[in-house]
Amino acid sequence: MQKGGSRSEGRLLGAILVVAICLTLAPVLRLFVEGFADQGAIGLTLASEVLSQPATLTALKHSLVTAGLGTVVSLVLGAAFAFLVALTDLRAKGALVFCLMIPMMIPPQITALSWTQIMGPSSVLLKTLGIAPPLGTPQPLYSAEGIILLLGIQHMSIIFLTLRAGLRSIPQDVVEAARISGARGLRTWWQVVMPLTLPSLAAGIAITFVTALGNFGIPAMLGIPAGYVTLPTLVYQKLAGLGTSVLAEVSVLAMLIGVVAVVGILVQRFFQTRQKVFLVGATSRPLAIPLGAVRLPVEILLWAVVCVILVLPMFGLLATSLVPAYGVPLRVDTVTLTSWWEVLFRQPVTTRAFANSFGLAFGAAFVLVVLCLPLAWLMERNPTRLSRVFDSLLDLPYALPGVVLSIAMILLLINLPFTEATLYGTIWIIFLAYLARFFAVMFRPVQASLKQLDPAMGEAAQSVGASLFQRLRDVIVPLSAPAAAAGGILVFLTAFNELTVSALLWSSGTETLGVVIFNLDDSGETAMASALAMTIVLVVMVLMIAVQLLSRRFPKGVVPWQT
Amino acid sequence: MANIALSSVGKTFSGAPALQDITTCFEDGEFIALLGPSGCGKTTLLRLLAGFEMPSAGEIRIGDRQLANGDTGMMVPSEDRNMGFVFQSYALWPHMTVRRNVSYPLEIRRFSKAEIAAQTDVALEATGLSAYADRMPSELSGGQRQRVALARCLVSDPDAVLLDEPLANLDVALRATLQTVFTDFHKRTRATMVYVTHDQAEAMAMADRIAVMDRGQIQQFDTPQNLYERPKNRFVAEFVGRGTVVPVRSVETSDVAAHGHVLGARVEVQSNHERPSHVCLRPENLTITETGDLRARVARVTYLGGKYLLETVAECGTRLMAETRAKFDVGMQLGLTITTPWAFYEE
Repeated sequence: MQKGGSRSEGRLLGAILVVAICLTLAPVLRLFVEGFADQGAIGLTLASEVLSQPATLTALKHSLVTAGLGTVVSLVLGAAFAFLVALTDLRAKGALVFCLMIPMMIPPQITALSWTQIMGPSSVLLKTLGIAPPLGTPQPLYSAEGIILLLGIQHMSIIFLTLRAGLRSIPQDVVEAARISGARGLRTWWQVVMPLTLPSLAAGIAITFVTALGNFGIPAMLGIPAGYVTLPTLVYQKLAGLGTSVLAEVSVLAMLIGVVAVVGILVQRFFQTRQKVFLVGATSRPLAIPLGAVRLPVEILLWAVVCVILVLPMFGLLATSLVPAYGVPLRVDTVTLTSWWEVLFRQPVTTRAFANSFGLAFGAAFVLVVLCLPLAWLMERNPTRLSRVFDSLLDLPYALPGVVLSIAMILLLINLPFTEATLYGTIWIIFLAYLARFFAVMFRPVQASLKQLDPAMGEAAQSVGASLFQRLRDVIVPLSAPAAAAGGILVFLTAFNELTVSALLWSSGTETLGVVIFNLDDSGETAMASALAMTIVLVVMVLMIAVQLLSRRFPKGVVPWQT
Repeated sequence: MANIALSSVGKTFSGAPALQDITTCFEDGEFIALLGPSGCGKTTLLRLLAGFEMPSAGEIRIGDRQLANGDTGMMVPSEDRNMGFVFQSYALWPHMTVRRNVSYPLEIRRFSKAEIAAQTDVALEATGLSAYADRMPSELSGGQRQRVALARCLVSDPDAVLLDEPLANLDVALRATLQTVFTDFHKRTRATMVYVTHDQAEAMAMADRIAVMDRGQIQQFDTPQNLYERPKNRFVAEFVGRGTVVPVRSVETSDVAAHGHVLGARVEVQSNHERPSHVCLRPENLTITETGDLRARVARVTYLGGKYLLETVAECGTRLMAETRAKFDVGMQLGLTITTPWAFYEE
């Protein structure tokens, strides 16, 4: 259906859509082609060879075990918090929700680094307190259990958010109807609330599993020292060790991860559409079951959990960053800012990484704002078949594990068509990968805000003679600027911290902050890694607080942790 | 300024026809109302005139300038049509002050700063908004917002002003005030105005001519008096006023008058057709008398203020509406006399 609008809109939509499709879907398509069409029988032989290697099978098993059990940990933590926050009359819910969002925003390699700083024999914090285990005892987190625990903590926010959104859409009157019919206490919860939230819970579980499966930072920091290899770290080790000669082999592995992830995404989509059916009908007031006397103990317990999973590791990180050398206990006479000084001003690698990450994150945010704002508006106004297909697929580069996208990017850009040039090894391959990966992060908030915009806003400008450019400049851009700003900050935040994609695509000179933290820790410079990690945590917190403070000015659905 | 002419205009939405074969002409300076039930295509027709939609068939012209042609695919975009549009939702830009909302069309047309200021002041003055010029739209009441919307579309001196149910979101008292604002404005500027509404009282009060629409077609395009007194078919007779349509048989036409059988009584009818098939019985065609042409029973009484509306059931089962100053009780029997109803032909 042509909703109207002028022909210039149709032309602009076509042009931007082509650019967007090239950016986001072309890499995914390229990987697909690599696997199924390009190589034919040889490809299949290679695939069966790679898939039957014991290393592959072990890594697959490790991936499924850590992602699966990690999801269980996320489920327990996230669901407990979601039920309590969404259904009861807890106080300071806003602060609690904000704190629960922080694990999701802190990059996984920093989570892993910070947790290793509060455990094991060389922990500065434990040494300072005099409770460190004797030298020689192993770091308990360098194990499958450690990976599972941290994956669980890292992704509990996802379960929390999806479940809370589902719970908030249950109108109070359903529960009241159950009560008036005689159901009481847990029976209401079990027979009314639970069935209504199952679809959103299932969708949350599926997407958590996919995210945990694609996580690279945690298994890389914890698993590689212990010789515990998952699929993403296997891809990294092969590519880092042997270079692009193993490209065919690792693309088989990437596809293996991709297939498992796509199954998860399909499961999530299925349950999400189920959820929409339930959402029909008025949602009056959200639920607020009084907790009565147990309210204070519950609140203390929840905040204690927040302390353990959030504050404690950060203290560990801070302590390590303040000692002259890793393993020295923190005392008044040993406190030093040397590591901070080194990473912020002295080390050329870290300053370069700051410049790279800042440039990449800012550039990606800027390009995506410029691209997504007109695109979202035009897609809303003149939906075509192509734009609807694109709408349903544009989450793919973000939802697929970063390893998969990175391999797809290498395949696409290692030989530019019609030329001898390659982008592999330059900063541009990382930049293009970021544009693909964070497209959805920018597009969805802008789309959400434009859907709430009265279409007459643009038509009114059109009827008084404003051209397409004037309409965009004077009406659409100012009205969706808050959403675009929020999307831009989110893109900046995620890109600034990014590790997985850049870990596979960096080369000397194009290091990002994520890569540098990983490399510093790998080469034993833990104090410097901690100082750098602390800096990033501070940047993340400042940006999150900025979004939080501005959130009242944003339309509904723009800030991801405010549903 | 010129006439707006439509010839064989049609519009389909994903296969479903919304407008069929509209051929008509809006004269320069006329106040036209498009009236009909929801879903009749009146808003679609207005959006075609504005250029927000592309016709699937037919041609739209203003004067000797072609605006859109569904057969060749030619279309002048909205921004080049020089028409004003007033939206039901007002569509004021929330990030601009009242003054900027009104002056924006002049900025687009690259007027000089002094001209913009002068013309904006005139438009604000004309709509009684001078005191609110520096406010934001969110600080205005509904009626004030609609005045801003009107000022915004007047300021650029459009060839025609299109209004899409502009009063639908306002309360009854405000509606009456703004109706006079619209009619006064029309008298002063003589701009062609096309006004979409589903409220027939509103259409009757303001329009020079009304196009009654149903199922994507114009059923009758006439002055308010003619629509009421001389409906062309059953839909118009029943939609406009409270008309009951009943068959008329064995009509005999003489030079002076026509007579026919209506509900078993022989009555004089008015018609412009030689062999009319139906008559429209309105409350003013029915008088309550002891020795009426037909007997009826009172089924429902509604007090209208100063008079009563009676819903009566005749012996043959037909429901007839009558008005009276005296009070009748439900179940009472009374006689009804039919006086010169309008008769028309319908297959």
